[in-house]
Amino acid sequence: MKILSKIKYAVMDSFTMFKRCMLLSFRNLDSLITGILIPVLMMFLFVYVFGGSMNVGDGSYVNYIVPGVILQCVGQCAAITAISVNNDMKKGIIDRFRSMPITKSSVLTGHASAAIIRNMVTTALVIGVALLIGFRPTANITQWLVVIGILFIYIMAITWLSIIFGLVSNSAESAQVISIVILLLSYFSSGFVATESMPTALRAFAENQPLTPIIETIRSLLMNTLTDGNLIIAITWCIVIFAVSYVIAVQIYRRRLAK
Amino acid sequence: MNQKETIISVSSLEKSYKGLKVLKGVDFTLNNGSIFALLGSNGAGKTTIVNILSTLLKPDGGKAEICGYDVVRQGMKVRKHISLTGQYAAVDEVLTGRENLRMIASLRHLPYGEQKADELLDSFNLLDAGNRRVSTYSGGMRRRLDLAMSLMGSPSIIFLDEPTTGLDPQSRLAMWKIVKSLADSGTTIFLTTQYLEEAEQLADQIAILNDGIIVAEGTPDALKKGMPNGTVELIFNSETDIEMAYSLLIGYQVNRNEEMLTINIITDGSVEQLSDILNRLNQSDVVVSSLTQKMPTLEDVFLALIEKKQEERNQ
Repeated sequence: MKILSKIKYAVMDSFTMFKRCMLLSFRNLDSLITGILIPVLMMFLFVYVFGGSMNVGDGSYVNYIVPGVILQCVGQCAAITAISVNNDMKKGIIDRFRSMPITKSSVLTGHASAAIIRNMVTTALVIGVALLIGFRPTANITQWLVVIGILFIYIMAITWLSIIFGLVSNSAESAQVISIVILLLSYFSSGFVATESMPTALRAFAENQPLTPIIETIRSLLMNTLTDGNLIIAITWCIVIFAVSYVIAVQIYRRRLAK
Repeated sequence: MNQKETIISVSSLEKSYKGLKVLKGVDFTLNNGSIFALLGSNGAGKTTIVNILSTLLKPDGGKAEICGYDVVRQGMKVRKHISLTGQYAAVDEVLTGRENLRMIASLRHLPYGEQKADELLDSFNLLDAGNRRVSTYSGGMRRRLDLAMSLMGSPSIIFLDEPTTGLDPQSRLAMWKIVKSLADSGTTIFLTTQYLEEAEQLADQIAILNDGIIVAEGTPDALKKGMPNGTVELIFNSETDIEMAYSLLIGYQVNRNEEMLTINIITDGSVEQLSDILNRLNQSDVVVSSLTQKMPTLEDVFLALIEKKQEERNQ
């Protein structure tokens, strides 16, 4: 019985924190819009400015870059998560929560669940814009479901990684470095150009960093081609990043609270 | 409810930060329904005590109990009985006052949270501002909202860490009124302050914290006995007058400043002492160019207390 009521309160508290984080991000609408706008503008830039001179084999360039743009968009949203976690940790509000009879982990679960919802919505919007400018996926239902599944784990992974950035940074400015990391990784990957065109060292990096297999898998699934073993690598990367980030974030959070 | 029971008991509390001892064995007890003021200058360790009592910080040694629960081992039980209003307003700036209150209500799992939020907005004179974002609030309004959030769920003890620091005089008076009415409704209030006047005005019981220990504890009246009640500052026209005055005021605790041509005399604040001082000077034709009477500062009180302790030790 005691365990049950504990779980009940943990769920209730997390839900309150989730509502709070959603409300906070609606009130900071400009950063949410920036989170969507930057990847969309990048997509325009690549499709309309560079697209003409890009050679990515068969198919249109927009079909090629959509997976990279989606991962970038998740990176932009990660900055919002990192900043809001950082704000909570350095302002008086965390001390108020800590002195209240609430489930301590609810602060982080609130941030994480709000981040996941934010990411799902912005990702859907980016896909919508891509469709408008000529993105023509040929995936069947199963392939779409797998894409959504992979994106979900990827979003979880990046969210918890961004929570670490939020927890350890001294300021909001340094917390949002997470988005620059993701942005750079997305360029040094097969997201926008084929890795074959890169110098040897960069190519070796690009082909072995986590974003490339994730992008390759999503692209193959969306275009209804074979995933060539990338699927397992992509899912493994996502799960490993998620698990490691989650454990580290919770440890740091506990240590910060138990000063 | 009126029965006096120990609600907070603290014994030999110790805490160090990076090898620096902030609390060196703090002891005090507090009965329910009273206002307790922890008086001390900046860096005396007031916030450290509040943080330990509100379960934010673990002490290195000693024991602290709230409503009979140990703050270290029974944190959750303690948190059910307390509320903390820290030095920095713990409110969400981009949310409205009402939204802030409702959030606390649902975190405290209260039924009728919305109704409770409106009641609190009303009693803290924030009803009109209830739907405005907190970022548009003045400093005084923010403190009031902060306090209203702490009252959500009617805790038995409220910790107020320097509730009036940084407020204008009008907001300070308003805050005093709120604190008094809270205590009248039976809530125990633990506040910290650097202002002697504030402690005197509000508290039933005062403890003075200096350099990590409680140097004095008691009711304001009891503490006032043996404390300097004020200083008189005299300004003279010449150095010879100052010399004369200094030699005439034997028996008083006097500080002189030759450059500024001033003398500070510690008095008990009585008219007799003041007229005695002026009589002595008059009789020897020493001209006082101006006179000001000052309330004792916290520093004067500390100095007097420390002096008294040393005297006791010497005897």
